[in-house]
Amino acid sequence: MSMLDRKLLRDLARMWAQVLAIALVMACGVATIVIAIGAYRSLEETRAAFYERYRFGNVFASATRAPLHLRERIARLPGVSGVELRVVRPVLLDMPGMVEPATGMAVSIPDSGEPAVNRLYLRTGRLPQPGRTGEVAVTEPFALAHRMEPGSTFVALMNGRKQQLTVTGIVLSPEYVYSIGPGDMMPDQRRFGVFFMSGAALSGLFDMDGAFNDVALRTQRGANLRAIVDDLDRILRPYGGSGAHDRTDQVSHSFLDNELIQLRAMAAVIPPVFLFVAAFLVNMILSRLITLEREVIGLLKAIGFGPTAIAWHYVKLTLLVVVIGLAIGALSGNWMGRSLTRLYAEFFSFPFLIFRQSLDLYVLAGGVTAVAALAGAARSIWSVVALPAAVAMQPPAPTRYRTFFAGGAAYLRFLSQLTIMALRHLVRWPVRTLLTTLGTSLSVALLVTALFSFDSIDFMIDTIYFQVERQNATITFSQDRSPRAIAAVERLPGIMRAEPFRTTGVIMRNGHRERRLAISAVPDAADLGRILDVGLRPVEPPAVGLLVSERVAALLSLRVGDKVEVELLQKDHRVVTVPVTAIVQSFVGLAVYMRSDALDRLLGEGPRVSGARVSIDPLRLPDLYRTVKVTPAVASIALQDASRQRFRETIEQNITIMTTVYTALAVIITFGVVYNSARIQLSERARELASLRVFGFTRGEVSGVLITELGVMVFLAQPLGWVLGYLFSWSVVKGFESDLFRIPFVINTATFAFSSLVVVAVAAASALIVRRRVDRLDLVGVLKTRE
Amino acid sequence: MTAPIFVAEALTKVYRSGDVEIWALRGIDLELFEGEMAVFLGPSGSGKSTLLNIMGGLDQASSGKVRFRDTDLTACTENQLTRYRRDHVGFIFQFYNLIPSLTAWENVSLVTEISRNPMNPGEALEMVGLKDRMTHFPAQLSGGEQQRVAIARAIVKRPEVMLCDEPTGALDSKTGVLVLEALSRVNTELGTTMALITHNAAIRQIAHRVFSFHDGRIAEAHVNERRAKASEVVW
Repeated sequence: MSMLDRKLLRDLARMWAQVLAIALVMACGVATIVIAIGAYRSLEETRAAFYERYRFGNVFASATRAPLHLRERIARLPGVSGVELRVVRPVLLDMPGMVEPATGMAVSIPDSGEPAVNRLYLRTGRLPQPGRTGEVAVTEPFALAHRMEPGSTFVALMNGRKQQLTVTGIVLSPEYVYSIGPGDMMPDQRRFGVFFMSGAALSGLFDMDGAFNDVALRTQRGANLRAIVDDLDRILRPYGGSGAHDRTDQVSHSFLDNELIQLRAMAAVIPPVFLFVAAFLVNMILSRLITLEREVIGLLKAIGFGPTAIAWHYVKLTLLVVVIGLAIGALSGNWMGRSLTRLYAEFFSFPFLIFRQSLDLYVLAGGVTAVAALAGAARSIWSVVALPAAVAMQPPAPTRYRTFFAGGAAYLRFLSQLTIMALRHLVRWPVRTLLTTLGTSLSVALLVTALFSFDSIDFMIDTIYFQVERQNATITFSQDRSPRAIAAVERLPGIMRAEPFRTTGVIMRNGHRERRLAISAVPDAADLGRILDVGLRPVEPPAVGLLVSERVAALLSLRVGDKVEVELLQKDHRVVTVPVTAIVQSFVGLAVYMRSDALDRLLGEGPRVSGARVSIDPLRLPDLYRTVKVTPAVASIALQDASRQRFRETIEQNITIMTTVYTALAVIITFGVVYNSARIQLSERARELASLRVFGFTRGEVSGVLITELGVMVFLAQPLGWVLGYLFSWSVVKGFESDLFRIPFVINTATFAFSSLVVVAVAAASALIVRRRVDRLDLVGVLKTRE
Repeated sequence: MTAPIFVAEALTKVYRSGDVEIWALRGIDLELFEGEMAVFLGPSGSGKSTLLNIMGGLDQASSGKVRFRDTDLTACTENQLTRYRRDHVGFIFQFYNLIPSLTAWENVSLVTEISRNPMNPGEALEMVGLKDRMTHFPAQLSGGEQQRVAIARAIVKRPEVMLCDEPTGALDSKTGVLVLEALSRVNTELGTTMALITHNAAIRQIAHRVFSFHDGRIAEAHVNERRAKASEVVW
């Protein structure tokens, strides 16, 4: 090994703390990008593989009751490669050990051979035997929530009859990766489950022999989905078809999409910030580090090393730091990315996990940091190498400082000379001061961005559950009924108030834009289910017209007063034109409201209700549950408390993972910026500070100079960090927007305060470490070296 | 003494600092001969360091010429000067300028990696009496020892010229003498031409010739009839 290389290694070892700080910051940049984008890509790939291997459908439709002989007509549609006709029915479940009723979805599977579409992954046990009425295979999340295994039993209320069911196997289905019960906003594995049963058996139970009510199709690559959807609609229309759709409107798929959109939003905003901070830090630190090597560079020149050899020596030093940073970043990023992906895979219940090694990410992250590092180093290397050796070996000429305002303003007299020293130093190097301040403020901004989501979600939950959906439970009927059913609901035990609602599936069109959604009808003067305007004040639905949420208005480009085309999916696809009378707020789904009587008039079949929002006397809940479990007219009951809890858990679980990671990284970055800044200040000014000590200043006073400088920068960084954090958070909110959720943009003052507190604490810790070095300054040693 | 190894003619050097011009050299004419030991004496700012730096290819003259044998140093490019330093010149500085992260032996070895016909680093260290301190880092050595490592580092490439800027300036008399002895030994045993800057008039006794600098000019050149041994020097 050449002596220069040996010097290199020893220099690295000598500066290990600084090298490690730089490497850690770089590692953060690399790790975030690997974690966020890597996890996102892995999930996307896992989903794609699951869909492909288990033949997830491309087009879906349901009908009331259609004859099985339609199969051939459907199969002949151009582009269709697989047809699965099924019976799918919601049922009420009485699960062992659970007082409240659960909801289930019974799905038929063919009695011979595997399903052509939506195959099942069998985790344990076996599939139900053909024709066996009492046998079912249940989805894994539901099985886990109820600790069921092959042999377990539960009771279902099927077509008015109590049916004892035995679990034969645990399965996963690409169709129900995410399973959400009717009336729910979030998946709840305990209260909603999907189970599969022999086609013959299920048809028998629901009097559907020779008929089906649900279709799933697989299409050839490049098939015209739009045409298939239209053709399928036409075929099913006489049989109560309620509109075919592609994957976009498939519940499980669109929820999964939504999750991926959120992950991608995080991945798009935060890692680039980290990478930028890391690049900037490495640039700053290395350039200052090499400036300090000035005399050694002069000496190497004097000995006879050429500029290229010297430059290469320092380029190697820089590259080594880069390599260390990359290695730490790649290893930790890979490890965290894997754990994160595994966590998500469990959460989404995928049968397997494909962790995608994204080499391009490492190259990208490594490239950006390496270039930034080299750019930082190169500037200093060349400026020093370009000096004649004799000049380089001299210490740089004393820096020319300026008085602040032409000729020492008198009002600076209240500041001590030491403070003025510190301030002049800041002003003398404005770019450096600015960049250090910016680096620190980015840490604040990252913390704000990582933490604000809790504020937004609290606000969202409060709005949804205490302002909009104020009921204790939502009862959904198995089919639309006359308003007299509400009186029956009110007679159920414990019901204090029941408010009817009606929903109907439609396609809304404005020019070429269209969206499949449901119109919800609410009664006049509703108290349990309210509508809020854009300013979150309750509004009464007008006698005519639609109230559309901001999201729908944006998607369909609608304004108040516009007329919108509404295709009534449950009414022979009749198309009517309805005015938009208000734009309202809604954080969940594609909400469109109408007054009950207006919707009844529109559908033209007299008043009907789909279910009721109810408030319940909590003491009588068990009675209510007992009664509902044996009431065939009730398809499901969704409890608000459980739903709210589930909602919070689901979102927070998702966000907490990312937030924890990002907070840790922000702390590392703060430390990296402040510690390195202080260390370099110290080494550049060791002589000056030692002289102060010789003049008789105390250690406290001397380190005060450094701490004042740091303090000013950290202080200035706070407001800047808040502004940046506000902007970053806003872009995350925008990125999170999907048809399923809009997160309101809310940042509490406490979040700003907490972020600042963390950064100030980390900065103070770094300053203390440097202060200890000031205490140990070797006065004689420093002063004896040449001036 | 034979042919001149260095010839300087009407050499000037002007530094500009803002609007101020500082004349470091105001026309120097000088010849140094092979194997000669020359001492440059003079107060701070008299121009001796500037001359030494130009002779060593560390700095460029403003006008005039310096020749090293047949090479006109004032016409050399940066690369040629690097080459020149590497092949022909050894430097000694007042504050040693050792690389703190390399041991004594490694500091000396560093130079052997880029020179054409170096001696063994151990041999060079032995010549300055530091054979048993080879594995020590600069921080573990006394000032005199560090300076002797610097001398070993300078001589290891067998330079034709050694330029020493206040080599004993930071040392007490006793260790200073050890350093001077090492330098004299190099001069006599290896025949290396030496130019040595000092403030210390006592050191003039070991030179062949003494040049006194004043205000950017050579005020006086004095030939020593009898050279003292380094061990006889006292200050």
